[in-house]
Amino acid sequence: MSALSDRPTNPVVGESLPHEAASLHVTGQALYTDDLVGRLPGTLHAHPVQAPHAHARVTRLDVSAAYDVPGVVRVLTADDVPGVNDAGIKHDEPLFPSEVMYYGHSVCWVLGETLEAARLGSLAVEVDYEPLPALVTVKDAIAADSFQGGQPRMERGDIDAGFEAATHVFSGEFEFAGQEHFYLETHCSLAQVDENGQVFVQCSTQHPTETQDIVAHVLGTPSHAVTVQCLRMGGGFGGKEMQPHGYAAIAALGATLTGRPVRLRLTRNQDITMSGKRHGFHAQWRVGFDDTGHLVALDATLTADGGWSLDLSEPVLARALCHIDNAYWIPNVRVNGRIAKSHKTSQTAFRGFGGPQGMLVIEDILGRCAPLLGLDPIDLRRRNFYVHGQATPYGQPVRHPERAVTCWEQVLTTGDVAARQAEIAAYNSIHEHSKRALAMTPVKFGISFNLTAFNQAGALVHVYKDGSVLINHGGTEMGQGLHTKMLQVAATALGVPLSMVRLAPTRTDKVPNTSATAASSGADLNGGAVKNACEQITERLRSLAGERFEVAPAEVTFSDGMVSGGGESMPWAEFVNLAYFNRIQLWAAGYYRTEGLHWDSSIMQGSPFKYFAYGVAATEVEVDGFTGAYRTRRVDIVHDVGDSLSPLVDIGQVEGGFVQGAGWLTLEDLRWDESDGPNRGRLATQAASTYKLPSFSEMPEEFNVALLEQAHEDGAVYGSKAVGEPPLMLAFSVREALRQAAAAFGPAGTSIDLASPATPEAVWWAIQEARGGAEPPHMTAMVEGGTGVVPDQPGNGAHPIEPRSERAQRVSSGA
Amino acid sequence: MAADGHELTINGETCSLAGTDPATNALDFLRDRGLTGAKEGCAEGECGACSIMVARPDEGGGTRWTAINACLIPAAALDGQEVVTSEGLGTPDDLHPVQREMAVRGGSQCGYCTPGFVCSMAAEYYRADRSEPAASNGHGADHEHGPNGFDLHALSGNLCRCTGYRPIRDAAFALGSPSDDDGYAARRSSPAPVAASTRLAGTSGTFARPADLAEALDLLAAQPEAVLVAGSTDWGVDVNIKGSRAAYAIGIDRVPELRTFDFGDDRVEIGAALTLSEVERLLAGRVPLLAQLFPQFASRLIRNGATIGGNLGTGSPIGDTPPALLALEATLVLASRDGEREVPLADYFTGYRQTVRQPGELIRAVRIPLPLSGITAFHKIAKRRFDDISSVAVGFAIDVRHGVVAKARIGLGGVAATPIRALATEAALEGRPWTADVVREAADVMRSEGTPLDDHRSSAAYRKAMLGTALLKLHADDTETQTEEVPA
Repeated sequence: MSALSDRPTNPVVGESLPHEAASLHVTGQALYTDDLVGRLPGTLHAHPVQAPHAHARVTRLDVSAAYDVPGVVRVLTADDVPGVNDAGIKHDEPLFPSEVMYYGHSVCWVLGETLEAARLGSLAVEVDYEPLPALVTVKDAIAADSFQGGQPRMERGDIDAGFEAATHVFSGEFEFAGQEHFYLETHCSLAQVDENGQVFVQCSTQHPTETQDIVAHVLGTPSHAVTVQCLRMGGGFGGKEMQPHGYAAIAALGATLTGRPVRLRLTRNQDITMSGKRHGFHAQWRVGFDDTGHLVALDATLTADGGWSLDLSEPVLARALCHIDNAYWIPNVRVNGRIAKSHKTSQTAFRGFGGPQGMLVIEDILGRCAPLLGLDPIDLRRRNFYVHGQATPYGQPVRHPERAVTCWEQVLTTGDVAARQAEIAAYNSIHEHSKRALAMTPVKFGISFNLTAFNQAGALVHVYKDGSVLINHGGTEMGQGLHTKMLQVAATALGVPLSMVRLAPTRTDKVPNTSATAASSGADLNGGAVKNACEQITERLRSLAGERFEVAPAEVTFSDGMVSGGGESMPWAEFVNLAYFNRIQLWAAGYYRTEGLHWDSSIMQGSPFKYFAYGVAATEVEVDGFTGAYRTRRVDIVHDVGDSLSPLVDIGQVEGGFVQGAGWLTLEDLRWDESDGPNRGRLATQAASTYKLPSFSEMPEEFNVALLEQAHEDGAVYGSKAVGEPPLMLAFSVREALRQAAAAFGPAGTSIDLASPATPEAVWWAIQEARGGAEPPHMTAMVEGGTGVVPDQPGNGAHPIEPRSERAQRVSSGA
Repeated sequence: MAADGHELTINGETCSLAGTDPATNALDFLRDRGLTGAKEGCAEGECGACSIMVARPDEGGGTRWTAINACLIPAAALDGQEVVTSEGLGTPDDLHPVQREMAVRGGSQCGYCTPGFVCSMAAEYYRADRSEPAASNGHGADHEHGPNGFDLHALSGNLCRCTGYRPIRDAAFALGSPSDDDGYAARRSSPAPVAASTRLAGTSGTFARPADLAEALDLLAAQPEAVLVAGSTDWGVDVNIKGSRAAYAIGIDRVPELRTFDFGDDRVEIGAALTLSEVERLLAGRVPLLAQLFPQFASRLIRNGATIGGNLGTGSPIGDTPPALLALEATLVLASRDGEREVPLADYFTGYRQTVRQPGELIRAVRIPLPLSGITAFHKIAKRRFDDISSVAVGFAIDVRHGVVAKARIGLGGVAATPIRALATEAALEGRPWTADVVREAADVMRSEGTPLDDHRSSAAYRKAMLGTALLKLHADDTETQTEEVPA
């Protein structure tokens, strides 16, 4: 065991604890950014002027009439920007655009004494537009050769030889939808100017440092003049990694210009129409199997629909490519990726960050091909699992592949899968109008930011003279329980009871240069940093204790609130006080960086991940043959979180991720107006009434989640593993079960093309397909034999993702 | 007492409504007063992050704690009312039992939806008949009904994006009964506050709540353009999302003459301002078609506010009660200062959101003739089972005598500019045997009823297909039921 992963006796990590703010949540006393407004008298409210075109040039902007509206204080336009008019870091996201790039793009912002005044002011602003042609679908963009960013290619083996050797070759096409984050708390920033021009922005952000960077470059000030704080978020899911910055900059700009606090909170409709989403993808593929059902070759071209600006699309696409193998060994691989530029919101990070999209492609392929190969899908998946000694297509050895097998076998056993398969067959044989099916899918998900530089974190730990401990770290709390885990880490590292440790809100003036709380890495990175800070303190205390107890410093222990050595011990608080009087520094800045990572995005090769997280799910559904409506009867999951830091939190992440993934795959329906009418490019599902999240009615009727036991991870803090994203992809089992249930309405061996999301309507069309009825609108022919249909290959202008281009030219952009 | 007399009680403390604009919803009103527990998640009554409890009259003269969406109801409509928020239920040092179960079981992650869940759950916790054995209401303990009688539909209007709901369900099903010293439980046995007769004027307009029907009709005659607001579950969305403002709004949800209920020998008369939850309780399953409808109608939070008259008053083609009420051959009693008239629901809708209701008229009651047909069903096609809007809704009421269809009434929603009767299908069934062959023929007729459109809810082709399968499903369900009833 490494020093990082080793647990002391009686650790506080590993205890099943409620969320650290649970009692504040349930009593309504937990504060979110917008709850602070009432504490700042004189706060102004911001409202956007949103363009009613998907693509248009702004030919005239006259804000004067807004000032005639009572209560309007200021209208912010591009002319007001003292620094850089850019909400991003690549200079492709003007904060105040002269060219409207998506329906609902805000061209200016109105500040009012009340939100109502600002709203009425925004209606008074006069804007003339010259409409321009708009690319709305990913296919529109492909046809117009409209791409942005790098076009990575990941290759291994010999693709031509692979297909020639294959005994079964299939080709297909698959377009699947993105997903709205629908964090319950919409984007919100509250900015004020403190003493001496110091700008203080409270923001619902997963990435306070980058929010600080963008605010600074918009204001044209150094970063030291901007402080960003995030108390907590009402959900993030990746939607607040990159997207809050522009709104924070608007609020900060308004505050500096008016001298008054400015609140910018988006309504739900504004949030859905303006903020980026999970990328929908288009995939072309051909796949080869040998005569025993083993994958021998995969050739695919993935096109991510990036929307109007690049945002995080390159790393999202890179992760999609790196996860197209999921848990399966494919000897010959060629995957091309590209990013469509379309007139939609700028698609961004969302839990899984491209991983789900890459994995969906291979799971869809396996689900469609299993009946054609005459194999049970459970068998087909299982026989293609990685085994020890194999590496991913990007060259990283697959460590612990046996964990996927262990999870699989445990689900087979505890889920009573064989017996239930027999029950399902019996049920289906006597029910003409209703069919059931059970599907199992695995997850293998790489943990770490692909870009090596982001795998670092900082923390600040104070021990006060009374022994109480205050910790800060660079991570943000969005409900994932990071703060709970960090409290447990600090209490464990210092050997004190949890009650002695308190956590202060995330602030850029406490811990600088932080990475986004993203990529599931929050606990790994910040946990490492908190632990490091605590150990610096205990090392100093150890020397004093050695002298005091007359033992070697290494013999001193910190446990259960006592400092002990040589048979003597002293309460922590008392010892800390003694240390103060011995002039020992009782605080420390901690730092952590993940060792052993390397990645070259230009060739898509390296070992970008510290480890893989594994999991397996089995889902049983029942489908109504009259309507396509379905219910999820039972879900069994075994998931690998290493040695859990906080089991209640981790199980919550597994369950929540699963249901969110099921929402993406079955229910949540982003519908853009693709007509040539005046609303072209408008999002039709822009409200909770039209964009449906899973509710209680989608929760599995029986839901069994277990964490894999004895799963110590040597490379991470206290032997744990990341948990935020991987469970989302367990939901493939729902989609595959729906596919199989729809197929059960047809003859044995029916291969089903299922649209994503698999809404009741989509399932109904799949049933019709199975019955041999009307051809569904999403049908794509599969061609067997030969070497398949070769997917589109990159054109002449294509270039790979430049190393570091994910965050290129950040330096000094605002100074 | 506030100077102008407009006040309400929040968490036991009196609070003035003075200076509150009629367009201000209860959520913003509470948050402006520092009670930020209730949140805005969607501003249209879909997510429940704004859920609060209000003291409403129960059928026995006491008080029922009722959860509603604070984002939809005007603050002015709470004049004279009692409100409880998550802050009023407990504190971090003294958690309410609902709060404790939610906290210790991992029922909160980001916590933003949590205060709303807590209020919806607390209302169900305090439901006086909750502790009855679950089996007596037709439900055993299952995944939607806890061993403690907790009906999960109480939470159907609350969305959580983090947890996946399992720990919230566990918290709900673990709740015991209120203790003897629980003040909120004790409050149930005394009458609910009487809704105050109110006039509240602000910059956007005036909100008026008449004391009785005569005053309501006088007001309506004087203000023919006034917006009639009952539960405000539709109007509140217009205010929040579309920016609609009423120069004059008349709150009719508590007018006594609109809240009557009579289950007679030849008809049921339901007061228009009874909420769907109240109608559900008063009918107690005696109209099986409506009993099937209620759990599918929006969510409990909405049903606690929305009234049966309101669902007809908006004239929406996708309201869920019209297809059912059309099948039941319901009539509407329209009242004005000139008296009353009775209009068959089938003649009520005249166009998209247009009806025969004249200026100065309001819906006083809905009448359903008795006896009811033997075979009834409500089919709702939607993406989500709880809390969604229909893409197609079908109400069936069919009488089969000696194997022959004596009468068929089929109401459709979502397939035309108004709710309609499937007249051709009805004709294709009546007088013919209730057999698979006849049903198949009639189903083909039904497939071409209406003029379904493509939209974000579903394609026109799917809507047509669902019209085509609805009758087949009804017949299959009916046949299977009969088969199952035959003793082995």
